Amino acid sequence: MGLIRRLARQREFMIAVVVAILFVAMCFASPYFLSSGNLLALMLGLSVEAIIAVAMTNLMVAGGFDMSVGSVVAFTGAATALLLASEVPVWVSVAVGLALGTGVGLFNGLIVSEIGINPFVTTLSSLSLFRGLTLILTRGRNISGLPDGFKALGQTTVFGVQTPIIIAVVLIAAGDLMLRRFRFFRQSYYIGGNERAARLSGIPVDRMKTLAYLFTGLFAGLAGVVQTSRLGAASVTAGTGLELRVITAVIIGGASLQGGEGTVLGAFLGSLLMALITNALTLLGVDVYWQTFVIGATLLAAVLVDRLGKTRTSEGRRRTRPALGVSRGEAGGVGSSATASGQGPPQGP
Amino acid sequence: MSEYVLEARGIVKTFPGVRALDGVHLRVRPGETHAVVGENGAGKTTLMLTLTGVHRPDEGTILLDGQPVTFSSPQEAVRHGISIVFQELSLVPSLSVAENVFANRQPVRRWGHIDFKELHRRTRELLSLFDLSGLDPATPVRQLGPATQQVVEILKALSTEPKVLILDEPTSSLTDLEARRLFDNLRRLTARGLACLYISHHLTEIFEIAQTVTVLRDGRFVCDARVADIDEDFLVSNMVGRTITDAYGKRPERSSFGPVRFEARGLCGDGFSDVSFRVRAGEIVGFSGLVGAGRTELARAIFGADRLRSGELHLDGKPIAPHSPHDAIQLGIGYLTEDRKTQGLYLDFPVRANVAANRLEQLSRGPLVSDALVDAAAEKAIRDYRIASAGGDRPVRTLSGGNQQKVLIGAWIGITPRLLIADEPTRGVDVGARSEIYGFLRALAAQGTAIVVISSDLPEILGLSDRIYVMKSGVVAGELDTAAATEEAVIGLATGASGAAAILPSGATETPAEVH
Repeated sequence: MGLIRRLARQREFMIAVVVAILFVAMCFASPYFLSSGNLLALMLGLSVEAIIAVAMTNLMVAGGFDMSVGSVVAFTGAATALLLASEVPVWVSVAVGLALGTGVGLFNGLIVSEIGINPFVTTLSSLSLFRGLTLILTRGRNISGLPDGFKALGQTTVFGVQTPIIIAVVLIAAGDLMLRRFRFFRQSYYIGGNERAARLSGIPVDRMKTLAYLFTGLFAGLAGVVQTSRLGAASVTAGTGLELRVITAVIIGGASLQGGEGTVLGAFLGSLLMALITNALTLLGVDVYWQTFVIGATLLAAVLVDRLGKTRTSEGRRRTRPALGVSRGEAGGVGSSATASGQGPPQGP
Repeated sequence: MSEYVLEARGIVKTFPGVRALDGVHLRVRPGETHAVVGENGAGKTTLMLTLTGVHRPDEGTILLDGQPVTFSSPQEAVRHGISIVFQELSLVPSLSVAENVFANRQPVRRWGHIDFKELHRRTRELLSLFDLSGLDPATPVRQLGPATQQVVEILKALSTEPKVLILDEPTSSLTDLEARRLFDNLRRLTARGLACLYISHHLTEIFEIAQTVTVLRDGRFVCDARVADIDEDFLVSNMVGRTITDAYGKRPERSSFGPVRFEARGLCGDGFSDVSFRVRAGEIVGFSGLVGAGRTELARAIFGADRLRSGELHLDGKPIAPHSPHDAIQLGIGYLTEDRKTQGLYLDFPVRANVAANRLEQLSRGPLVSDALVDAAAEKAIRDYRIASAGGDRPVRTLSGGNQQKVLIGAWIGITPRLLIADEPTRGVDVGARSEIYGFLRALAAQGTAIVVISSDLPEILGLSDRIYVMKSGVVAGELDTAAATEEAVIGLATGASGAAAILPSGATETPAEVH
């Protein structure tokens, strides 16, 4: 009983249950669902966002936030493709692509942690900067006709499974272990939990935050290279809106914009849940225009269930807090509303 | 008309699993200051929230001017003339004094257009109540010091023209001097017929400001009394239900101290300059002074959290230069912050995560954090420091102030520091937990740690320290031997008033005074 209750309080477990229920229901609802073709296509579709979600989880746990990952996917993909088109060796092109992603991450990280600009504003700027740079570099044209050696990176199959899926699964497993057990990454939770206290606890807050952005850039760069290789072409519109999907997945998986909570496994399950819902709606022949709406409902449901669960499990003391907020709001209406709206970036999707 | 402006009879309030108030009585006369005392968890705050309409009582009646009333919301309580000032400030730093005082109730003209002239006139009227006529109502609150911000908070409550003003720990962020000024102002308000309900952990304050007092313990009414008829021992024994003998413990013999463990020479930084002092192994050295005298800035700079411009630090005779808290912790220096909620604890994390925060390296095997080591450390802290925690997995936010502070102290003693700087170690902590904390610090010193205690609480500084440095405007104004120090001497040094004559000759201490 105690074990079940403890598990039930973990967001990953709840999402896993929902995913499992949806999975079983779909097996009965549609004969095509359980085919390996459908499941592999589903996994392939979410591999790019799942790769980014690994680093985004660490960043959001540390209280950060990155809106620029979608643009970085397009930017690194285009840069790699341009180099390949001018017959630069594959490994050099890929290395440059990854380095550019890392560079964007470092750029975001330094601005946020060293200069102290709000992460939302900083990465919103980067979103436009690097989408713009992609358009400038490519003159708005997609780049195709890439060498086979490069395409092999994202199109090879091992036992019938495409490499992007393998890369994503490996990174998720490694990332989850790192964030869960490694001292270095555990520090992210403390930074997100209380940044000022973390400083006094001897945690190198600025360096950790910069690194979290750097990793996010690197993973977005990797996602850009993988996607370009899989499609055999770089698209200037690649990754449009991807940042919101990744952030949605991370939050469904248990993270919050304040930081201090969340896991890589949860983020992956969040991503899987969104893909499953989309897949289910398609297979069941529901109007495609409903898909985005359902994703929004899922995110809202996930955070509502979490909040209501928290209010129920901690009695008395916790319950007085919202009431206290109301009374203070009365005494200082302007105050509470101003602080509430000034607390963080608006929730995206 | 009733003799009492506010009366509560047999108030019962239960939360799931907790009987927070169990038949509490309270009688407040107009024009008097009535103190409510009790340890953390005694039900003081719940009682106040019940009186102000935040909670509905399960049983009992509240009478206002003899008439029974029920409040369905805090707004309704305010309309009936009961206003509360919370211990944590609820001001908007970017808005002006006037807009904070009249938040959401600004006088308006047509179409809700704020009448700033009228707003400022009314604010000035209120400011003059508090000898602050010189303050421009348009000043943004963030430019004010904590004491003035506190006054703005009180004015905000007064602007609703209450009959009863409730103050919850109003002096927790004030120095003794500022507190006295606040008391003068409060006396003036009560002289005009206002009744004041005063919640405080500082018993000395109660004897200074209150005429009557109600004691609560474990949600029950213990007694009420006229302050003139009782003494501090009476209050303490009624609050804790037992007698506390000598809260500060026995001061060790001077000869039992070891060699000089930590020495600072000519330290300069933001907020302090040319500060020199030394602490022996086993010694507790107190740092007294007004808020803003540079004590916290000094401590943070020694700890590597802020920049030290010049000066030398020596630990066990070796020069050290910590550039970050991480360096300082590696060297064996701990800093217990004055502000446990915003800078000390991770409020949403459980005890175990808080205890582990500053020594993840010790609690790891290789690069992996060890759950077993973290759990062992948490269990040890909960046992050693008697942390009352309902299950180790609950966030520390749900613990009482005293228990939260014990978690923080446990975390810092956990690094087995060679030097521990404890900044206001008992702020917002009840009497019982307070004497326990003094005991922990004493025990740590007895193991050879050099301890620096920064405190604005004079009895605490005098009772706990073996030697006292007094700071004023960023410099060490003097050094006193506690055996001979008095409150007057410390205040004299801290304010630069005539009491400065009370400085002891440096021969009275073993270390020469290093004031240049």
